[in-house]
Amino acid sequence: MNVIVCIKQVPDTTNVRIDPETNTLVRSGVQSIINPFDMYAIEEAVRLKEKFGGLVTIVTMGPPQAEEALREAISLGGDEAVLISDRAFAGSDTWATSYTLSKAIQKIGKFDIVICGKQAIDGDTAQVGPGIAAFLDIPQITFVKKIEDIKDSFMRAERMTEEGYDIVESPLPCLITVVKEINEPRLPSLKGKMRAKKIEIKKLEAKDLDTDPDLLGLKGSPTKVVKIFTPPPRKGGQILEGEAKDVCAKLVELLKSEVC
Amino acid sequence: MSIKVINEKCVGCKLCVKSCPFGAIEIINKKAVIDLDKCTLCGACIESCKFDAIVLTKLSPTDIQFPKKFDEYKDVWVFCEQKKGVVQSVAYELLGKGRELSDTLGNELCGVLLGENMKEEAHKIIHRGADKVYLVDSPALKHYQDEPYSKVLIQLIKEYKPEIVLCGASSTGRSLISRVAIGIHAGLTADCTGLDIDKKERLLLQTRPAFGGNIMATIICPNHRPQMSTVRHKVMKEAAENKHHKGKIIEKSYDSNIYFSRTKLLDIVEEIEETVNLTEANVIVSGGRGMQSPENFKLIEGLAKALGGAVGASRAAVDSGWKTYSHQVGQTGKTVCPKIYIACGISGQIQHLVGMQSSEIIVAINKDPYAPIFSVATYGIVGDVFEVVPELTRQFKEALKR
Repeated sequence: MNVIVCIKQVPDTTNVRIDPETNTLVRSGVQSIINPFDMYAIEEAVRLKEKFGGLVTIVTMGPPQAEEALREAISLGGDEAVLISDRAFAGSDTWATSYTLSKAIQKIGKFDIVICGKQAIDGDTAQVGPGIAAFLDIPQITFVKKIEDIKDSFMRAERMTEEGYDIVESPLPCLITVVKEINEPRLPSLKGKMRAKKIEIKKLEAKDLDTDPDLLGLKGSPTKVVKIFTPPPRKGGQILEGEAKDVCAKLVELLKSEVC
Repeated sequence: MSIKVINEKCVGCKLCVKSCPFGAIEIINKKAVIDLDKCTLCGACIESCKFDAIVLTKLSPTDIQFPKKFDEYKDVWVFCEQKKGVVQSVAYELLGKGRELSDTLGNELCGVLLGENMKEEAHKIIHRGADKVYLVDSPALKHYQDEPYSKVLIQLIKEYKPEIVLCGASSTGRSLISRVAIGIHAGLTADCTGLDIDKKERLLLQTRPAFGGNIMATIICPNHRPQMSTVRHKVMKEAAENKHHKGKIIEKSYDSNIYFSRTKLLDIVEEIEETVNLTEANVIVSGGRGMQSPENFKLIEGLAKALGGAVGASRAAVDSGWKTYSHQVGQTGKTVCPKIYIACGISGQIQHLVGMQSSEIIVAINKDPYAPIFSVATYGIVGDVFEVVPELTRQFKEALKR
């Protein structure tokens, strides 16, 4: 069972705080982390390897320092790491990102399953997973919360929906995107950390991939950002003070008309 | 596209260093220096600079070239998601917005409906303002499945060439629409909170939050058609129903090949615990670490019941096993925007705030007066949740006579 996991390095927001005076985010000293949803993707891939054998290849597209994210993924149980990095990829939107990743996956070679986190926490689009599946022309199961079984080149999985879940069966190879509920990621092992230090990371540039330069990076991205602005922060409101009974009465009075 | 610091203007104040989400800016010799390998050109530093010393040469609508003419593309389409044969309310919300857009552009608003025996629902879409409904009715489309749905939608788009396609950002919409955008080489912008038209260029101006709502970006799609956006449930206002509104239903049927799906939907399971869908609820009462135990969540449930609302939970409460993941609100859970959100014993970590801060009214109950949740609360109560919540439940029950 060969599994490819696509990950993204994102700014860590766990340490981000709101400045109480200006009500804006204090972003200084923000570290980069592996996108939280991708941690579940890595863990699921490693579990599949433990059960069925095979290799787990971790892939990321990003600037050179995304190598750190790959090393961390190796420490968590990945076998091989591929960094897709080139100035030509800068400014890619989800279309160009899906295109580039799918070309890299084709270059990596044979696989049974591609796993992505359901979305990245910085862009929040959830578009790249299905986008890669579309480019590779393979079936997909999105928002997977459980892989029930893999047998005879078929996977049966539970796909999370607003009301509950669907049980979906897909032939392999396929792509899945995973949600938090699927597993609890392990911590890196000592052996894994040693491997992560030593491993040679395979690097792919635009010229290594069979791509059309017009479809890469900003040039290949149908969407263009034309304006960026900071929304007015939400202001803190009124603090209701007094005995529980009185403040509750006040609140009920304020909200009564809204509830009905 | 590139970014640079104008050294003559830079005073080395470090505001940009603080604003950079990627740690890409350093002060060297009292001037800001941007590490282009780390920079993603997000523009946060430009906002922060008080001296206009950082410039991003980005494309603006005026200097983008429009090599192609898109005269043959017209109309605004709304993909009308149905579940169990019922059109979902997010579709009516998009029809509301879509009507505005198509009126501005001077073309027609069209619904797209895929399902089985959906004629009656198609009329409802017309009653919500659509001029046309493209209806593809087949037993194979009864339930949503990625491949048949995306193939049919791609086919329709190729055939009728809409200028704009809107779709709800639900689990169905998100799975479907990206495949479609790839298939027809269209631009797709996720989770738009604002949609407007640049009339001169007939461009859809799509505004969406990034970094959990800390930055807003306006995105266009100059050289590809259709222009496609997803919008979350409850962001736009539902189109009013008008039973006299007239429209045409265009029924399409296709060769059975198009309905073929490699994946098979074996079962649809509804979880009873989820009788109230969080993203649909008008009132949400959420509990966090401050609830201390799963038993205490009964208090939250009691208040939610009194208000006819749903129960949410912070990540801390979910990770402790007090509530299941489907209740989690926040970055790794659900994003909600109810009319009233009551946070009980939730401190308000940024990951939680990004999931609920667009709620209309936020009530925070917490014993720590410095808890960050109070910075976004419309009404705050500094007090013991175990005292306040039962009292609030009692008083609401009385006031609402439920």
